[in-house]
Amino acid sequence: MTSRLGLSGNTAAAYAVRQLDVDVVPVYPITPSTTIMETLAQYAADGRMDAEIITVESEHSAISAAAAASAAGARTFTSTSSQGLLYMHEVLYVTSGLRLPVVMAVANRAISAPINIWNDQSDVFAERDTGWIQIHAESVQDVYDRMVQAYRIAEDSRVRLPVMVNYDGFVLSHAHGPVTIVADEEVAHFARRVASPFRLDPDSPISLGAIVWPDHYFEVKYQAARALEDSRRVIDEVQNDFRGMTGRKYELLRPYMAEDADFLLLAIGSVCGTIKTAARKMRSEGLKVGLIGLDVYRPFPGKELMRLIGGAKAVGVLDKAFLPGSMAGPAYTDVTSALCRYGVNVPVHDFVAGIGGRDIKVEDVQTMYRVLEKAKDNARFDREIHYVGLRR
Amino acid sequence: MDIGTVVRDSGSTIHAKKSGWRSTQPLIDYKRCTSCGWCWAYCPEPAIRLEGGKYIIDYSFCKGCGICAVECPLHCISMVME
Repeated sequence: MTSRLGLSGNTAAAYAVRQLDVDVVPVYPITPSTTIMETLAQYAADGRMDAEIITVESEHSAISAAAAASAAGARTFTSTSSQGLLYMHEVLYVTSGLRLPVVMAVANRAISAPINIWNDQSDVFAERDTGWIQIHAESVQDVYDRMVQAYRIAEDSRVRLPVMVNYDGFVLSHAHGPVTIVADEEVAHFARRVASPFRLDPDSPISLGAIVWPDHYFEVKYQAARALEDSRRVIDEVQNDFRGMTGRKYELLRPYMAEDADFLLLAIGSVCGTIKTAARKMRSEGLKVGLIGLDVYRPFPGKELMRLIGGAKAVGVLDKAFLPGSMAGPAYTDVTSALCRYGVNVPVHDFVAGIGGRDIKVEDVQTMYRVLEKAKDNARFDREIHYVGLRR
Repeated sequence: MDIGTVVRDSGSTIHAKKSGWRSTQPLIDYKRCTSCGWCWAYCPEPAIRLEGGKYIIDYSFCKGCGICAVECPLHCISMVME
C-alpha cells in the first residue's frame, strides 16, 4: 500500500527515519536542516517513534554520540548542514574508519565567511574524502527514497560504512513536493537489520578505536577504502531491490537524453531539474544536448560514467562549489581524472555557478550548452573555469 | 584482520613490547629501596611489579620515561644511558 504526501525534503527525511526503526538520534540544529530534528522530536513526543533523541551541545558531539551509539549496535541517525558538517570533520573520519553504519542527512549550504545560509554544495565537497558513501538527491522524492535505501547499504556486511544523503538546502529541504510513500511495514521489511559483526557490549567486551601502529594502519585504511570502492555493487543491489518494491529506478548515475547527445552536462542535485528544462528547449532548437546526474558521488562511478560519456563531442561539469587554487571545481577533478584513467579524450569544461544561493536559471544552462557547442573543436578549448552568473 | 580494528581479546598489549622506545633505563638501588611502592603507583605503563617483596622493573615494557626516578621519595632510582 502506498500513499502520496506533500512533504519538504526535511520532513521526507524525517518520515523515512520514523519508518526505519532508528534507535538513537543525536542531533544539533542548524539551518537549513533544523526541521528534520524538530519533526523527529515531535514523532518521539507523540509516541510515533521509539528512538532516543539526544540534544547535544554541538555537531562535534552529535556525530561523536552517533558513532558511539552505532558502535553499541544501535541504528543511528543524525543530520546537519554547512558549518555543522565542517565541525564534524574529524569524527567523520573516525566513523568511517571504525566502520560504523551511521546515516546522516545533509541539507547542503554555503560556508562562512562571509556568512550565508543559502544553498550550494561547498559543505559536502569539503568532506568528500572522509570515507563516507555520499549520495545526492534531485527531488524531495529522491530524499525519501535514498533515506529508505541508506541503512541497507550502510549495514551490509560487505560495506559497513556510514552514508550521507545530501540534498540542496532550501531548494529541497524547505520546498514541498509530492512524495510517494512506502507503507511502514514494507519499509521495515526492506530495511530489516542485519547482525553487526561487532558491538560494544559490557557482557562480552571488545576494544574499538585502539591505537594501530605502522605495521597495521596502512592495511586498515586500505580495507575501508576498498570497501567504499566495492560498495557500488551493494548500492546497485539495493537500488534494484528498491525498484522491485516501488517501481522507482535509481542508478549510480542518472542520464537524461544522454544516449545520443553531442553535448553533455554533468551536475549534482536539484539543478538537474533546471538542466532538463534547458535541455528540452535546446533539443527543440536542434542541438543534441543531454545531462548526467552524478547521484552517487562517493564512491565515484568513473567507469560507469565513461560508458555514458563515450560519444559526446564536449562535456561540461557544473560545480556548485569552489576548490580555490586548484584550477577546477571538485566534480570536475573527479570527472577529468576518470577520463584520463580510461583514456577517453573529450574536451571538458568546468562551470562554477549557484554559489551561496544564487539561482541557476534556464538561460544560464543554455549559456553552458553553447560554450560546449563552441568547444567541440578541441583547438578552441577554453582552459578557464566558466563562472556563470558572476558579476565582474 | 577484523574490520574496524576491533580487538576481541583482552590483554593483547602484552604482545606490544615497548623497550625500543627507551634511551635511558631506570636502575633501582636495592640497598636503599624500602619497597614503599611509590614507583609502582606512578609507573604509567605499568612496567613495575612486586615479586617476593621486591619491586622489579620489566624492561620489556619500560619506555624509559623516568617518572619513577623523579617520584622515588628516597631518590634511589637512577636513569642510566643504555
